[in-house]
Order: sequence, then structure tokens, then C-alpha cells
Amino acid sequence: MQLPLGIEVPIPTFEQFVFIQVALLTAVAALAVVTSRNLFHSALALTLTFFGVAGVYIFLEAEFLAVSQVLVYVGAIAMLIAFAIMLTRSMMFGRTSPLNNQWGKSSLFAILFFSALLAFARATPWPAAGEEVVADEALIGQLGREFVTTYVIAFEVLGLLLLVALVGAVMLARDR
Amino acid sequence: MQVTQWSEALSGWLMGLGLPGWAAIFLVYAVGSFILINYGMLSVLLLIWITRKAISRIQDRIGPNRVGKYGLLQTVADAAKLLSKEDITPYEADKIAYNLSPILSVFGVLMLLAVIPFAPGLTGVDLNVAALYVVALGSIGIMAALMAGWGSNNKYALLAGFRVVAQLLSYEIPLVLAILTVVLLTGSMRFGQIVEMQSLHVAGFNLGLGWLGIVMPGALIVFFVSSLAEAELTPFDLLEAESELIAGFHIEYSGMKFAMFFLAQFLNAWILGAVAVTLFLGGWQGPGVGLPVIGPILGLGYFMIKVYGVYVLQQWIRGTFPRIRIDQMMYFAWKVLVPLMIGLIVAQAIIQKLPTPVAIQYVLIFIANVGVMAVVAYVLQKYFREEQIRTKRSFEPTSLIGGMQVSEKGTMY
Repeated sequence: MQLPLGIEVPIPTFEQFVFIQVALLTAVAALAVVTSRNLFHSALALTLTFFGVAGVYIFLEAEFLAVSQVLVYVGAIAMLIAFAIMLTRSMMFGRTSPLNNQWGKSSLFAILFFSALLAFARATPWPAAGEEVVADEALIGQLGREFVTTYVIAFEVLGLLLLVALVGAVMLARDR
Repeated sequence: MQVTQWSEALSGWLMGLGLPGWAAIFLVYAVGSFILINYGMLSVLLLIWITRKAISRIQDRIGPNRVGKYGLLQTVADAAKLLSKEDITPYEADKIAYNLSPILSVFGVLMLLAVIPFAPGLTGVDLNVAALYVVALGSIGIMAALMAGWGSNNKYALLAGFRVVAQLLSYEIPLVLAILTVVLLTGSMRFGQIVEMQSLHVAGFNLGLGWLGIVMPGALIVFFVSSLAEAELTPFDLLEAESELIAGFHIEYSGMKFAMFFLAQFLNAWILGAVAVTLFLGGWQGPGVGLPVIGPILGLGYFMIKVYGVYVLQQWIRGTFPRIRIDQMMYFAWKVLVPLMIGLIVAQAIIQKLPTPVAIQYVLIFIANVGVMAVVAYVLQKYFREEQIRTKRSFEPTSLIGGMQVSEKGTMY
């Protein structure tokens, strides 16, 4: 597409067009998490961000990961955060400021971290697009097999951690 | 049997007419989702009519019979009434959460329609993780209920929202475990393939009666009970007991927003029934679905008959069962259904690793299902007998007299 000033603008393909929307949604929602004055609205925006990330996973043809993302992050983590916010009474009603007296230092570190990430992202030799990937159903099977063979220790330790957390919660909530 | 998906067939036809590939696919999916969503929304009119008629018959009433033939248009009249009602926003309500919640609750339910296989080759998308997708979208409904409870600026709504979260999260676990048994047996999370597996070929003719519910009745019953809880239907409708809580978390909603919560609830019951049919009752399988032209039409007919049958069963339960208390609800999920399902899964995993033919494995799985159900029934029966003795003892007449206050002079207060 040729703009009047002679600037060449590439027309995005249909997939790129949808991807831009999903990416924009994710970015705007992530921004809303930190700028919102109401903590509950921050939590809602965070949920939206999780959805956006799930959308990015779908673009990467990782449907299993996308659905797991919604199941774990929207179903469990977002709910946990919402509950935690509702239990803190002062945050629940008062309008909290998104800034505290450390905002200058933290923004400096955020910029440094972002530039480091950007440098890494540019330096990494990403695998070329169109490389052969395993078909969708076989991929899930492979994931499952990896969990009980290569990564069995990490998998079991995670299970144990969850069990400990569960027992701890029961111990805390038990009436003596 | 390789079934062509409707979307592939239609987009192929459009591309043959000269449309570019992306436009053809976009057009096909846009039209398909338009039809699917409108079917979902309009079928609620029928669902509400079925509910009212079924419950009326159970309660020895006639039910709606004034508007339209057999009162079929009663729901349209109700919708018109709800549309004309004032839209109220409570004082100091959280506007974003309050207004977003009804939309989200309908959205979460309508999205489920995308993966339901209505007939051979007639699925919105034959997603390879469809079973997990159904579970994941349930969390949107939970989020919507919490947002409604929070956004209404009403402590009763908030408390009811917490109750909704507690119930839906609790019953999601037996629901997932019941789906897991099907996934274990079929080796696929694709709904299309799960339905394909439930055919029964006798002498080359597809009888379509190899339903997984016959092989594992235990998982079917647990799935059905948990889906009743997930859809907030009657033994588990303590969340919005209309006579006591005045609709729980959506107490502050009026007009069309209230109607949207109701729409989501009725449609959710229907769709969970459709998932139960897909997983356990053969989906569109039935005698003669393998036939060339008439097969898909027969399949759609079988599917609809089964799903509406399950829906009527849900309403029958709604009309006959008493409501349970919240502690009983939690008890039943965590101490009955979850151990039952874990027992079933362990038994099934062991049986499927046995070096026997598949037919014998199916028989063994059936026996394991019946066995685990019998053990649970025995334990429950014992528990209830003890509970009965305990409650009887506390109401015995001797203890009543002994507990009466008698003054020193012998006159009773």
C-alpha cells in the first residue's frame, strides 16, 4: 500500500491482522493492571491479560497450552487473586494509588530489564518458521510421556508441593 | 470412516467459486458461528417452555397455555416484559464488574457450543483438546458470578458469589475426573473421535450403540450429578434458591441483565447435557448413521433426541428432589464423588494395562464400575443409618422431659 508521502506500508495478512488485535489486547490489559486505581479492576485486567496470552498460544498452534492457560490462570490463579483482594478490607474499598515512593527506582530497573530482554530476544537465533512440528494429538501424547520419563522428578516434586500446600491449608482452616 | 467437516466442504466450494482462501474460511466460520450462536440463544425459549411445562405437570398444574399454541410464546412475552423493565445500577456499584458480569456469563456458555458435535461432520471446530476446553470455559462462569457478587455492592450478593465459587470449583473436580475416564478409554480429547469410537459395527452395519455410558455407568452417573451442580440445578440450586435467597449473586440485577443470567443458566444445563451425551451416550451415534445420505440427518436427529431427553431428565429431578444444604453439598463432592472417581480411574488404568483383548477389558471396566458404586452405596447407607440413630437419640422423649426446667417447689415454669 502506498501512502501519499511515499511511505511503503506492508498490508498485513489476515493472520497478522488478528494477531495484532490479540497482541494489542494483551498489552493494553497488562498496562491496565499497573495503572488501574482500583485493585479489583487490576485483577480483572490481569485475567484479560491471561486470555490474551492464551490467544497468542493459539497463534503458535499450541492449543493444549492455550486451554491449560485458561484452565490454570483464569480458573485458579485469577480466582485466588480476587479472593486475596477481597480479604484485604482496606484495599477493597479505598482507592489505592498505583504509585509509591519507590516508583522512580523501580521504573529505572524495569527499563533496564526490558532492554536486557530485548537484547536477548534479538540475539537469540530463533528457529525458522515452517519447521516440521509434531501433529497436534501426538504432541499431547509426547508431552504426557515426557512428564513421566524425562521430567518425572520435577513433576512428582510439584505434586508433592501441592499436597503440602493442601495439608497446610487444611491445618490452618481446621477448628481446634 | 473419514467424515468431511462442514467447514472444509463449504470453504472448498467457495474457493471453487473464485474467492481467496482466507476470505472463504473467514466467511464460512462467520456464517457458521452466527447460526450456532443464534440457535443457542433461540433454543433457550424452547428450553424454558419445556422446564415450565415439565415442572407444571409434576406439580399437577397445566403451566403456561395462554400465549401461542400450548403457551409456546410465553417466554417471548416474558422477554418483552423484561426488556421494558427499568435497568437499575445499585448505589456505588462497581460499574465495570457489574455490567461485564452478565455478558461474561453468557459468553462462557455460548463458547461451549463451538465444540459440540451435532452430527457427523457438523461440529463448530473439532478441537483436539475439546474435553479440556469445556472444563476451562467453566472457569469464566465462576469469574462472572464472583464479579456479579462483588460489583453489586451488596454483602448478600457477595456472600452468594462466594458460595457459587465454592460449589462450582468443588464439583469441577469430579466432573474433570469423569471426563478423564472417557479420555483414558478413547485415548483422545477430540469430541469427534470420542463419538466415532462409540459406534458398534455388526456385520459391517453401524448399529451405533457402543455407548461408553454402558461400559462405565459409574462415571456417567458422577458426570451427570456434577453437571447438575455445575448448572446449578435442583438438588444443588441452593445458590439461587428463589424462595430463600432471592437469586443469590444476581440479586441486584433487573431487566435484561437478569434475563442474561437466566439465559446462561438454562443454556448451560442444555450444553452440559450435550457434553454428557457426547461423552457417554454416543453423541450422534444410532442405528443407521453410517448410511451415505440419510446418515448425517439421522445423526442430528439422534443427537437432539438424546440431548432433549437428558434435559427433560434434569427437569424431572428439578421437580422432585428437595434442595440440599451447603455443608451437605461440600460433603458430597469431596467425600463421596471425588474418592469414587479416583477409585474408578485407578481401577480403569490397571485394567487397561492388562494383556487381554479390548472386549474383555470393557467387561472388566464395567464390573469395576459396578463394584466401586456398590462399595460407595454401602458406605453411604451405613453412614446414613448411623446419622439417623444419632438424630433420633437427640429427639427422644425422655431427653425432652429431662431437659425441662423444674423449679425447687415442683411447679413448672
